Amino acid sequence: MSVAQPQQPTGSALPGTVGAGVSAVSRRSSRASRIADAVFYGLVWLCAACVVAIVGFILLQLIKGSDLALAKFGWKFFTGSDWDPVNGSFGAVPFIYGTLVSSLVALVIAIPLSLGVAIFITEMCPRGLRGILSYLTELLAAIPSVIYGLWAIFVLVPLIMRYFGPALEKTLGWTGLFRGPVQGFCMFTAGVVLSIMIIPIISSITREILTAVPHQQREAALALGATRWEMIRVGVLRNARAGISGAIILGLGRALGETMAVTMVIGNSPQIVKSLFAPAYTMASVIANEFSEATYDLYTSALIEIGLALFIVTIIVNILAQVLIWTVTRGTPRRASA
Amino acid sequence: MLNASPTLQWHRKFADRLATSLAVLCVLLVMLPLAAIFIYLVIRGIGSLDLAFFTQAPKPVGETGGGMANAIVGSGIVLGVGSVIGVPLGVGAGVYLSEYSRGQFGKLVRFTADVLNGVPSIVIGIAVYALLVLHQHYSAFAGGVALGIMMIPTITRSTEEMLRLVPNAIREAALGLGIPQWRSTLSITLRTATSGVLTGIMLAFARVSGETAPLLFTALGNTFWSTKLDQPIAALPLQIYVYANSPYDDWHRLAWAGAFVLIALIVVTSASVRWIASRGFVGGVQ
Repeated sequence: MSVAQPQQPTGSALPGTVGAGVSAVSRRSSRASRIADAVFYGLVWLCAACVVAIVGFILLQLIKGSDLALAKFGWKFFTGSDWDPVNGSFGAVPFIYGTLVSSLVALVIAIPLSLGVAIFITEMCPRGLRGILSYLTELLAAIPSVIYGLWAIFVLVPLIMRYFGPALEKTLGWTGLFRGPVQGFCMFTAGVVLSIMIIPIISSITREILTAVPHQQREAALALGATRWEMIRVGVLRNARAGISGAIILGLGRALGETMAVTMVIGNSPQIVKSLFAPAYTMASVIANEFSEATYDLYTSALIEIGLALFIVTIIVNILAQVLIWTVTRGTPRRASA
Repeated sequence: MLNASPTLQWHRKFADRLATSLAVLCVLLVMLPLAAIFIYLVIRGIGSLDLAFFTQAPKPVGETGGGMANAIVGSGIVLGVGSVIGVPLGVGAGVYLSEYSRGQFGKLVRFTADVLNGVPSIVIGIAVYALLVLHQHYSAFAGGVALGIMMIPTITRSTEEMLRLVPNAIREAALGLGIPQWRSTLSITLRTATSGVLTGIMLAFARVSGETAPLLFTALGNTFWSTKLDQPIAALPLQIYVYANSPYDDWHRLAWAGAFVLIALIVVTSASVRWIASRGFVGGVQ
């Protein structure tokens, strides 16, 4: 530009008129395209704003819908353990307990299994098997919740009632957690189904995290004469701890909000019993079961308040997980090739 | 140093073998339920399928026979409404995030999309109930809105990721030729990433096609034929849920048949997603 400017005054008339013509044409077309650009920008901005608006709208609806229960019970709603809609008494503790314990059972089963699968696929598996195994584990995530429930009702429940339940009662009954009588539709069955459902989530994110660990870490450990397992333990897992906890928390978030499969096998009885072989109830399943039967406004409002609590808890859990995963994968490409 | 003592060496070798076999055991234990579910679905599902399943509506309680034709059509309608709402919003938001977002607003959108992805589906059902059912009545449209909302975060994030894979040189070349930005985004950037964007859309579709919880208080379910958007409508997952919980053997049979059809739909969708993704230009850039 600085070179071109001093030339302009000395230029002849002909180039000047050509220049003016070009700029007039481009000015007209540029105004049209500027408007089109602005319209297009406005449209995609609106789409993006919709995403924010939808989350805000969900929160607003939940708060508005639960105002009756919030006003009537306040914090007592989350400390009362009596759920008796017939007499208008609502306490959410049995559902909170059921949600927490069933998710905990699921985590206890799922954590070692999914870590084992992730470690095998990224560090031990022959190259040819890698793609197949990751596809198969991800297939578990594609099965709808209601099909898990159907399978659990007709396959898992009888298995637990006949074989696993009595065996666990005999060996671990003294802890009080596995005291009989073994009922098929119980907290334990729900935990097992949940664990199958969250294994693909935990293991696929763990896999992503493990591949994000720099190769120098592995090479350094191997160069020091470490065996493969020592290399994994010292070079890989130690560096991936934060990310793996993020993956686990993300699995927890999924387990907390899971509805259909749990509703179909947990037995749906609002009680707090130490034994895992007794029926229980979760926050999500009480909404699924009773929402369309709620006969008066306070009842509906109490159920929506449970939904509100579930919404807030899962948001907190998910944010925590994102932050933890981000600390490990930051600085590496988002899609590390497996 | 590490190899100094032979007994230590033995210990380390043993630990290594143990870890490897434990990992293999984990893989086998995880594959077990997968195999069990698919074997049961295929055996009980195919055994229960007949022509009536695809051509008839459910029979009244007590009569055997009947099918889920109305639920298959209903699922198609609800998913169609969901896609009409979810796909444009999701792709639009993804385009915004990848092409325009620079400031705090982009971060907020990305964050809320992740939040929305983690919201339990039953909670979305309640919110849509409060908006569309409470003051009107249960309807296919409300079910579609619930599914559409669930599709948005998956589509948004995958569209953004796929557009980011398009090399900047292509955008610069388009702008350098004097093509306006909207035109370059639509016909060049999006065009280049089509297969990737399509993959995200189909994944979202597969994911919501089995959703039951958000339909419970929106589409509600229907034992009769209905294709009206403002009336309660049957859906395959809802019907499976009702039949699985029923005490009748013949309904259990229909539930397995329905589950088989549903999973076949999902597996075919996700397999074609892999096929598209493996052929696409964006896949090559990676």
